[in-house]
Amino acid sequence: MSGAADREAVFPTRQSLGIMKAKLKGAETGHSLLKRKSEALTKRFREITRRIDEAKRKMGRVMQIASLSLAEVTYAVGGNIGYQIQESAKSARFRIRAKQENVSGVLLPAFESYTTEGNNDFAMTGLGKGGQQVQRCRETYARAVEALVELASLQTAFVILDEVIKVVNRRVNAIEHVIIPRTENTIKYINSELDELDREEFYRLKKVANKKARDTAAADAEMKEKKAQQQLLLESGQENEVPAAEGPDTTTDILAAEEDQDVIF
Amino acid sequence: MATQADFKDRQFLAVIGDEDSITGLLLAGIGHVTQPPDNQKNFLVVDNKTETAAIEAAFERFTTERKDIGIVLINQHIADRIRHRIDTYTQAFPTVLEIPSKDHPYDPEKDSVLRRVRRLFGE
Repeated sequence: MSGAADREAVFPTRQSLGIMKAKLKGAETGHSLLKRKSEALTKRFREITRRIDEAKRKMGRVMQIASLSLAEVTYAVGGNIGYQIQESAKSARFRIRAKQENVSGVLLPAFESYTTEGNNDFAMTGLGKGGQQVQRCRETYARAVEALVELASLQTAFVILDEVIKVVNRRVNAIEHVIIPRTENTIKYINSELDELDREEFYRLKKVANKKARDTAAADAEMKEKKAQQQLLLESGQENEVPAAEGPDTTTDILAAEEDQDVIF
Repeated sequence: MATQADFKDRQFLAVIGDEDSITGLLLAGIGHVTQPPDNQKNFLVVDNKTETAAIEAAFERFTTERKDIGIVLINQHIADRIRHRIDTYTQAFPTVLEIPSKDHPYDPEKDSVLRRVRRLFGE
């Protein structure tokens, strides 16, 4: 039996056959639904990967422009302002917020950038000279960071989708290659067992009927024989009985007669 | 799987980079220092003298310890120094993003995510 190894441990009854059939149907429905989900996700995934590719290239260009404007600042200010800026950074003006997007039941987070009003850590930067360049540089970098945030949300979506698609595909494959064949095997097994039981039952009934017929025949024959024997006995008994019945008479005869016969005990 | 609560309060960016990149990004206004007594900065300036261990520690701090950071930006040439850490980092939050720096042009072949993208397209 090839299927014997891979089937569920159930008793081959009609009830479990019904359960198995329902299970098979459920598995097939689930399989087709999951397959469609996986396809929808994959479509989305391909779109995202394409956009990531583009965004990464765009980021390279944007960052180049931003570096250039920083070089302008360094030139205009006439010194390195890095230290000053690092020291004066206190509270983030540029912040991000995560929102969610639903793609076939998967929550994809997306970052959204916003700037808080009111706090400006670098009000004094470039006060002496190069203020305009500093301002331009800030705008350039703000745009660059916006592009980065967009790229980051794409990348997050990419990572999450990748994981979810793997899980969904694993499920689809598990249903297709494990659960459905196993349920089918179980159904086959239950069917064959039920057939076997049917055959056995039929054979048993036949056997019982045979035995009954034989028994009745035997009983009949015995009865007949008995009757015949009795008949025979009766007939021969009459012959035997007669002298036996005459026994007491003969004893008297024996007593009467001188001659003694063998006594049989 | 990331839950809602996991990324709701992630509102800052963090940077690990050379001085120029940090200066520019701070000018854009992403710099943040937490309230005293912690005084934790969300950026790390890396130069030739910075130990790799220090970079790793900062990366660790930004990605796992701090719960208010949504995106970690890291210069690509610095990412190369802790490449094994970046390649094995698979969490969705916070997102690790490799950015080019002024002295080192951007190489898409080295980016962990782009490499995965390329592999998926079978290139």
